[in-house]
Amino acid sequence: MASPPEYAAQASLHRNRVVRWLDERFGWEQLLAPLRHKTVPVHKLSYWYFLGGMTLFLFMIQVLTGILLLLYYRPSANEAFESVQYIMTQVKFGWLVRSIHSWSANLMVFTAFAHMFSVLFLRAYTKPRELTWLSGMVLLFLALGFGFSGYLLPWNTLAFFATKVGTEITGQVPVIGKPLLVFLRGGEEVTGATLTRFFGFHVALLPGITTMLIALHVLLIQRLGMSVPPGQEAAWNALPPNKREMPFFPNFFLRELMAWYIALGVLGVLAAIYPWELGAKADPFVAAPAGIKPEWYFMFMFQTLKLIPAKVGPIDGELLGILGFGFAGLVWVLLPFLSGDRYSRRHVFIRGLGVFALAYMLGMTIYGYLAVPK
Amino acid sequence: MRQRATTETQSHGGRHGSKPLCFCVSVVALIACLLLPASLCAQAPSQPAKGSCVECHSSFPAPTGVTEEQWAADIHAQKGLSCASCHGGDPKDASPEGAMSKKAGFRGKPKRTEIPALCAKCHSDGAYMRQYNPSLRTDQFAQYQTSVHGKRLATGDTKVAVCIDCHSVHGIRPAKDSRSTVNPLNVANTCARCHADAAYMKDYKIKTDQFAGYSASVHHDAMVVRGDLSAPTCTTCHGNHGAAPPGVASVEAICSTCHVFQAQLFDASPHKAAFAAMGAGPCITCHSNHRIVHPTDKMIGTGSEAICTNCHASGDPGFVAAGRIHDDLTKLDESLKRSDDVLDKAERSGMEVSQARLEEAQGHDSLIKARVTIHSFQPGKVEQDTQAGMKVADKTYQAGLQALAERDYRRKGLGLSLITIVAVLIGLRMYIRQIESRNQSGGS
Repeated sequence: MASPPEYAAQASLHRNRVVRWLDERFGWEQLLAPLRHKTVPVHKLSYWYFLGGMTLFLFMIQVLTGILLLLYYRPSANEAFESVQYIMTQVKFGWLVRSIHSWSANLMVFTAFAHMFSVLFLRAYTKPRELTWLSGMVLLFLALGFGFSGYLLPWNTLAFFATKVGTEITGQVPVIGKPLLVFLRGGEEVTGATLTRFFGFHVALLPGITTMLIALHVLLIQRLGMSVPPGQEAAWNALPPNKREMPFFPNFFLRELMAWYIALGVLGVLAAIYPWELGAKADPFVAAPAGIKPEWYFMFMFQTLKLIPAKVGPIDGELLGILGFGFAGLVWVLLPFLSGDRYSRRHVFIRGLGVFALAYMLGMTIYGYLAVPK
Repeated sequence: MRQRATTETQSHGGRHGSKPLCFCVSVVALIACLLLPASLCAQAPSQPAKGSCVECHSSFPAPTGVTEEQWAADIHAQKGLSCASCHGGDPKDASPEGAMSKKAGFRGKPKRTEIPALCAKCHSDGAYMRQYNPSLRTDQFAQYQTSVHGKRLATGDTKVAVCIDCHSVHGIRPAKDSRSTVNPLNVANTCARCHADAAYMKDYKIKTDQFAGYSASVHHDAMVVRGDLSAPTCTTCHGNHGAAPPGVASVEAICSTCHVFQAQLFDASPHKAAFAAMGAGPCITCHSNHRIVHPTDKMIGTGSEAICTNCHASGDPGFVAAGRIHDDLTKLDESLKRSDDVLDKAERSGMEVSQARLEEAQGHDSLIKARVTIHSFQPGKVEQDTQAGMKVADKTYQAGLQALAERDYRRKGLGLSLITIVAVLIGLRMYIRQIESRNQSGGS
């Protein structure tokens, strides 16, 4: 019988053979070389670096659980609700897969927002990382698109009416609003055609675009390296010996892995203690339930639109709100191009804007949940 | 209170009929079509006709006063009729003498005894009424003549209700209008204005507690609390224009217009003949007439609240049957409650039990059916229904228990998973320390 050191030696031998085999065929070692040399700065704010990886991990969970759900889900108005009900009650661990898919989706949107704000406050969006910010912002919008399209798929009452309200708001957009509404709904009303369409967006169009953009985003991070906050960078430039780094692989990667494991534990707790509700099957012919609310990440916009008066001067209130959010979103996307270089004084203003935006989103979200439905 | 009294004075000319002028103005709307030839009525324009009458009478105090708002709300005014349609006269003449001259056909206030016939001139004319509402009945006057009110009026009793007492005057709204005095929601209050007034009803020697009884009934609850306008009110059982108390013999026929199955079962039951022999009304003996409270399972059986013991004594077959029926109903009710509790608990734990809930509804249906079947007074028939419900209740109870067991299984699985995750985290942390200390020692 072989002793443990002999086992380790044999395992290492086998591993080397596999690596050599791969290397001889497509230059495996050359591919991995950048990863081996990649380093991650170590400072008091380093933990914010985990958020991007965490979002990526949750996206992978989404892909995995989404594929499993596809084995049973049926995207038609007559069968969608029943198929999800079947997944929740009859399929072995179906409840777990669906609950993790739903909880993970929400956590992913949360970590994506947190990642965006961390990048903003750490001033990591400035030159030369404009494209990283741009691709990240589009990924955030895609995450919201995933949430909006996936919410309808169980075809329950809340989802049905939330989609109805959500697409109605889209219809208010000037010029393209009406055609966009018809395109999203697959007609004038929310019907089975909308469900089929949203299903297509959710499982084909959005994942395809997202995967490509994630690849671009990660490639850009790989090419440009991790950004260091300006204050820390200045301190290190003044005293270069104080600069601290750790290898990305395995040191940072293993720490990221720990964070992923913690996320997995949180998902497990949420899925087991609070399985995602199914609700009642959508009935287009009944009145909308009182106090209908969108998903939490749309709440700040929804509540704002509710609070704007029907008419603001000669302009329709809802239209004004939509234009306002559209403009704010555009400014946000273009921030790296509006803020000047990394040490520009404009960043003080942008930080204030970020704090205001965060407080506004939090405040409106809380207000939306506490407001008594009329 | 003063205002209300004034209103009552207006619409109860008979009750407070000491002032003949009270009626002079107060009958304007309803008599609209009656004193005039149909040709005049047929000239009806679509807008309320505004003549000289309202111009003066709107400034008068009640009861001769009729405001423009009041008249504009009247269905007759909306259909284009004018004061002259009922009272005669010439509303185009600006002088009171000319407008209310005999020459112009002024009739003034009609007598109470004349009012039903006055209204009937239009309302019993099918051809005339068709132009306004083709589905409106035109037999009100004929029915009225068969009612207690109509018969007594024919004998000269002017205290009884005539058209305007229920429909009001000068502000008559269609019955479907919720503000109408004859809208289903308001009918009981309208009837109660006379029938709950002990002083007014003194001469007739009939009870005046009907409205109090009805107000405490399940029918009132359905109508007023739940807003179900199809629920019975006074006119549903007594008739409206032909209002009369139903005799004992016709009670069952009246109740069975809604409670069909109960009546069928009762007809085939031994109680049918027994009640007839006693001269007791079929439904009202157990359920009362106006104070029909929500029935409970305690009403049947041998307990202190059971009404069966009013006739059946311990030991007789009816007493035993009542006990059996009560026990079966109680068992099913308790089984369904037990199932409800366990499914509620599972639902609160986030378990998906909608299928069991759907099946449980069938159990509740069985209980409702059994509560109807008790009108057969045959324990065997009731047992058939309760047994069907018991099977469902047991099955859904088991489904609830399974859901709770599944919940516990999930939580145990979660515990094991968390232990594994924590172990991996500790392992990773130790490994990171190991490689970092190795690197540091290698570096140094």
